[in-house]
Amino acid sequence: MTQLNAREWLLGQSRIKPLEAVFWLLAFAAPVLTPSHALIINEIAIVALFAISLDIILGYTGIVSLGHAAFFGLGGYAAALFAKHVMPDPLVGLAVGIAAATLLGLMASLTILRGSDLTRLMVTLGLGLILMELANKLDWLTGGADGLQGVVMGSILGRFEFDLSGQTAAYYSLSVLLVFFMLLRRVTQSPLGATLMAIRDNRLRAMSIGIPVNARLTLAYTLAAAVAGAAGALMTQTTGFASLDLFEFHRSADVLLILVIGGTGWLYGGVAGAIVFKLMQDFLSSITPQYWMFWIGLFLVVLVLVGRDRLIRPWTWLGAGRKGQS
Amino acid sequence: MLTILFDGVAYGMLLFILAVGLAVTMGLMNFINLAHGAFAMAGGYITVLLMQRLGVPFLVCLPLAFLGAALMGALLERTLYRPMYNKPHLDQVLFSIGLVFMAVASVDYFLGSSQQNIHLPVWLKGRTEIGSDAFMLGMGHYRLFIIAVCAALTVALQYVLTKTRFGSRLRASVDDQRVAAGLGINVNLVFLSTFAVGSGLAGLGGALGAEVLGLDPTFPLKFMVYFLIVVAVGGTSSITGPLLAALLLGIADVAGKYYIPKLGAFIVYSLMIAILIWRPQGLFVRKAAKSS
Amino acid sequence: MKRRQFTAAALAATTFAAALPALAQDNTFKIGLILPMTGQQASTGRQIEAAARLYMAQNGDTVAGKKIQLIVKDDTSLPDTTRRLAQELVVNDKVNVLAGFGITPSALATAPIATQSKTPLVVMAAATSSITEASPYIVRTSFTLPQVSVALADWAPKNGIKKVVTLVSDYGPGIDAEKFFKERLTFNGGQVTEALRVPMRNPDFAPFLQKVRDLKPDAMFVFVPSGAGAAVMKQFLERGMDKAGIKMIATGDVTDDDQLNDMGDGALGVVSSHHYSAAHPSATNKKFVEAFGKANKGLRPNFMAVGGYDGMRVIYEALRTAKTTGKATPTGDALLAAMKGQIFESPRGPIFIDAQTRDVVQNVYLRKVEKKDGQLYNIEFDVIKDVKDPGKTR
Repeated sequence: MTQLNAREWLLGQSRIKPLEAVFWLLAFAAPVLTPSHALIINEIAIVALFAISLDIILGYTGIVSLGHAAFFGLGGYAAALFAKHVMPDPLVGLAVGIAAATLLGLMASLTILRGSDLTRLMVTLGLGLILMELANKLDWLTGGADGLQGVVMGSILGRFEFDLSGQTAAYYSLSVLLVFFMLLRRVTQSPLGATLMAIRDNRLRAMSIGIPVNARLTLAYTLAAAVAGAAGALMTQTTGFASLDLFEFHRSADVLLILVIGGTGWLYGGVAGAIVFKLMQDFLSSITPQYWMFWIGLFLVVLVLVGRDRLIRPWTWLGAGRKGQS
Repeated sequence: MLTILFDGVAYGMLLFILAVGLAVTMGLMNFINLAHGAFAMAGGYITVLLMQRLGVPFLVCLPLAFLGAALMGALLERTLYRPMYNKPHLDQVLFSIGLVFMAVASVDYFLGSSQQNIHLPVWLKGRTEIGSDAFMLGMGHYRLFIIAVCAALTVALQYVLTKTRFGSRLRASVDDQRVAAGLGINVNLVFLSTFAVGSGLAGLGGALGAEVLGLDPTFPLKFMVYFLIVVAVGGTSSITGPLLAALLLGIADVAGKYYIPKLGAFIVYSLMIAILIWRPQGLFVRKAAKSS
Repeated sequence: MKRRQFTAAALAATTFAAALPALAQDNTFKIGLILPMTGQQASTGRQIEAAARLYMAQNGDTVAGKKIQLIVKDDTSLPDTTRRLAQELVVNDKVNVLAGFGITPSALATAPIATQSKTPLVVMAAATSSITEASPYIVRTSFTLPQVSVALADWAPKNGIKKVVTLVSDYGPGIDAEKFFKERLTFNGGQVTEALRVPMRNPDFAPFLQKVRDLKPDAMFVFVPSGAGAAVMKQFLERGMDKAGIKMIATGDVTDDDQLNDMGDGALGVVSSHHYSAAHPSATNKKFVEAFGKANKGLRPNFMAVGGYDGMRVIYEALRTAKTTGKATPTGDALLAAMKGQIFESPRGPIFIDAQTRDVVQNVYLRKVEKKDGQLYNIEFDVIKDVKDPGKTR
């Protein structure tokens, strides 16, 4: 590659490719083309948003987290409580959810600055569990194990009511997803994003060239918390219900799986993983309502044994181990 | 109060036996094996099945649970785990979670999802009470039995680790795998046997714990968190570390639920976070942490 | 590069592959049965599904010219999932009735959907009082905790039990049980010295039971969801509480027929109150238990199963008697009207669906665990007839 080509290539990375535009167009057309699937499209959009928030810390900054659901849940409950007690406007509620999660993220980022992968895993896990216990104990506020009832959302922008078929919800979630996706895309492809990746790849070296590692970690974690809070707010707003389950460990574990399936360090990974995982789960669950977990487990084991990269290139399955590109 | 201490110690020792395998394999093979709980569940179910279907006495079931889980561990290590050693941690996490899902669903399919009950032999069902009222020490015989078995196992493990050749080979491989291999230590064999023994111990713990912790197909998922806490707080470079961590966890948990039932679970998690922030490498590491 | 293009194409393909056309038939009557088939409450789902299918097998699948189609969905006890499944069943599959609902949060989460879509919702398992008030379309065939708790609070003082410590699981039904037991016991001259609540997730009963032991009451009143009863029993015996003179009185969820036999002889003598026992001595029940066992490899039906069985009866009967024009399927409102006020003989005894509260009014039995034919059963020794849910009469 000559110098000119390299520059072109680097700049080209941040331009929006035609295929991306096609993808988003299809995504937005889907609730209209397949109205019976509006509900699951809504769920996929929410989970995708959650997954790309995790990608910021996992894929781009290298922080392993098993407690990301803490921010998801806090954003969700904040938005739900706001809608129930203050005003039912969805967009303001969304902002409230994001604000709450950002605050928590800021405070929590103090805990992830030190330690090994395992330490961070445990600390984030512990935080998620503590938040769930808190929500459980403050049952006069959160409804405890029964969940928060009676969250009735107003219409978006005063025009679009939330209907039973879920189309409004799907479009709402898709729009929020698109907005945050573009935002995060800008962040990750900026010099800031580059410093995050440097920290991920080799923290010592990043420190030695003057990157303020702790400040960046805090920033990344808080940003990820904010986006996760948005996803949580969407969840409670579109379902009209908030339960302790938002904080459950399996949510953190699921989103980690989704991101890893789709591919880390590549924002579309979260989206791809969300689509594949949710559809597969729904499909399997309708065939074997009781034992779908087995097939998901099998899929995961095979996925890892075969090699994540090779899964979407079936021609490498039977060939002798050609080196997979990362 | 003394009874609570006693209960906490019993719980802690049980956790230790369950988690020690995980601690050693994580330190040795740098492999995050979230499926460790599945081996414990296997041990528990082996015991239940042997007792219910074949009428095997409880005491005989315990070593059988150990052997069964160890065999399973050896088999899986050789076939599935070995190609995974050099993969990134995330892949290992995915893989082991996949295994857990499969294990949970299979057990559910073949044995049903309700709690399994073990009928202990009569001599284990009693209770001895010493002292009175506030200073009464009530010792359930079964918990006494657990403490005795686990203490014996701990002593045995420590002996093997420090006084046998296998132990020194194991410690060498944990310290530096490449150099150990370079010195002619059959690292593969060390891995295999350690994994097998670790899984076997988990199986034994599952069998012992079925009475105290309950046994159903979701056991690995429910208790995985506790195992991880023991390993994270105790560190992976010794077995006294996890032992102390497990005891701390057990007593804190039981005492917390007794004295402040409203905050029960909080205490454990907050304690863990506080400890990990203060000492990120775990509470009981002897030397500076090696990188990655 | 290539990988991303391929994946984008794959995404689009998958999205469309997932679209399956739904075939609508005019002569089918669809029942959406949402149950926890996996997870901690899986035994509830299993029992109810088995009972529902038994009812269909015994009564055929055609009612008033319509073919009954049962669609079973697993909500894994997650209220979010329950709600989404209910929404999909109503919007996509166009079910005529929603049924099932293993736990209170699931029912509460789905209530708005029933109201919005005017679909009757038959609660076959969940037991908190407030559920039927969450939507005018909810009908219940299971029971409520207040119903069965007050029975014990009436019985206890007459049998030498004055000081009681309550131990319940910390969620809707548990809190209901605690509140109503305490109120009635205090009214009858007794005293609840302490009210303990055990967390729902990963419950560890040992420290709580130790605390009860140290408090030395006459008896301990227990409510835990079905499935956790064995663990409580174990701890009760292990701490020597029976020898220390503390009796255990509980709602029937603890001595659940599903698990009772497994608990061993330590459970003998435990007094419980509930609306159903597999040993209920009526001809209807004998037939039910036999048929259930035959169809399910000797499984014993429990109170969840009877909730499902009676729920199906309510639905069938409603379809048969609902007012409708010609051969059209009755509307949700017509079905609801036909469900209210139904009165019939269930395997548990006589029951009727109160037309005002849409809740179940039934007998509550006091039982003791005894051995019969070598197996443990809840043998009824007293009955309080036609108990209305006290949670509502105020």
